[in-house]
Amino acid sequence: MIEGWLRQDGRKGIRNSVLVAYLVECAHFVASEIVTEFRGQDVQLIGFPGCFPNEYASQMMERLCTHPNVGAVLFVSLGCESFDKARVSAAVGASGRPVRTLVIQKAGGTKATIKLGQDWIRSVLLEIDNVSRTPLALSDLVIGTVCGGSDGTSGISGNPAAGRAFDFLVAEGAACIFEETGELIGCEEIMAERAVTPELGKAIRESVLKAERYYQTLGYGSFAAGNAAGGLSTIEEKSLGAYVKSGSSQISGLIKPGDIPPCGGLYLMDVVPDGDVRFGFPNISDNAEIVEMIASGAHMTLFVTGRGSVVGSAISPVIKICANPETYRALFDDMDVNAGDIIEGHRTIDEVGQEISELVYAVAGGQQTKSEQLGHREFILTYKSFEPIGPACLPNLHA
Amino acid sequence: MTELKACPFMRLHPDDNTLVARINADEGTKINTDEGQVQLSRMIPMAHKIACRHIKSGDVVLKYGMPIGVATADIAPGEHVHVHNVRSAYTPSVVLHDADAVS
Repeated sequence: MIEGWLRQDGRKGIRNSVLVAYLVECAHFVASEIVTEFRGQDVQLIGFPGCFPNEYASQMMERLCTHPNVGAVLFVSLGCESFDKARVSAAVGASGRPVRTLVIQKAGGTKATIKLGQDWIRSVLLEIDNVSRTPLALSDLVIGTVCGGSDGTSGISGNPAAGRAFDFLVAEGAACIFEETGELIGCEEIMAERAVTPELGKAIRESVLKAERYYQTLGYGSFAAGNAAGGLSTIEEKSLGAYVKSGSSQISGLIKPGDIPPCGGLYLMDVVPDGDVRFGFPNISDNAEIVEMIASGAHMTLFVTGRGSVVGSAISPVIKICANPETYRALFDDMDVNAGDIIEGHRTIDEVGQEISELVYAVAGGQQTKSEQLGHREFILTYKSFEPIGPACLPNLHA
Repeated sequence: MTELKACPFMRLHPDDNTLVARINADEGTKINTDEGQVQLSRMIPMAHKIACRHIKSGDVVLKYGMPIGVATADIAPGEHVHVHNVRSAYTPSVVLHDADAVS
């Protein structure tokens, strides 16, 4: 049996991390200096760089700082930025977590703020050691999946194996999230048929059409010559290669970043902003996608890579599934699972899927992933804007 | 997956009419298809597809058990399935950078 940390809202964490969150780029350095002192301990840096207000960023920061893997939060503010620090700090306090906000302009500058921050963290590390532990099951977990640094192997080894793991985890009662509607163009009809209600199916179709319009505006090519050289014949085939990460369960809901799945099942996350194109690309890097799934409660992320990404993440561990056997050998220290075995015929998709499922359980129980061991704690949060989801998107909640 | 592990091709779904190369497969390699053993008439690069049974022009091409396009010519078992004999069935509102120009 494994155990997690019980939070006041009933959710359970698989880690008990202290976050140091800067609320504008001007406070980034001070925040990172505070964290440096605690290398090797579970103290992590996150933050939002912008000085101008953004509702999405506020909501994301609130969700991230009340994530079940988080035990306490230190906010670092310059003082004159627009971020509503009182609101986010109140939300963390209301969740029962220790929280402190340091304002550099009031605390006496860089040195004084660093010292105050480090002193607070030393005491809070002892305090959060006392958070209750509770039995943890797969049905308590939210699991996300992304692919990045893809190549011709991603769609035939790593992604199908991740899909098998998702089928197992959903059957066990976990909530599993897949995303990037912009890479699912051509899959919308198949996805809509998997929806638990026709209304949800319609919402899924519309989300993919929105992504298509958005990427058209950005001039983002969907199918390039390199894809054909890699063996992909059509846009549907390319999209399906990413889509197979979702497995074959019914789709229980369509959520947006920060919406927490109300129960177990498979969820599609719509990551493309609503309204006019305002802030550029929906997600500027893989970690931006990972952060959005964490804001929706993901305890960990399955990351399928062919060419070889090395990233991890703040807050929630990343399990890296390497689709390409040559990449696996080259980047062995960074990879958790060798799905390249499927390419070389050593193991089947089912066997690798089972290894991933077992690793999810072990990581939930405290085993560190490769990127955690190496100290990777990447984090990025940028500007976006969303409308709330409609009632058709979560049929089980509104039934 | 039921095929021999030594085979250079893998079937991703039982319904598929295509097989995917997991390694570069040399010209002349003998392959067991649904319709008996055939020899590859050309080298098939990793991640490319061949037909595992006769696909008629107009038939849906299946990979992952799902449609990836429509055959634009009759395709024999063991034959390369790619942009020269498959077109997208998807009709987006813009012209894609389609693979028609790439052989």
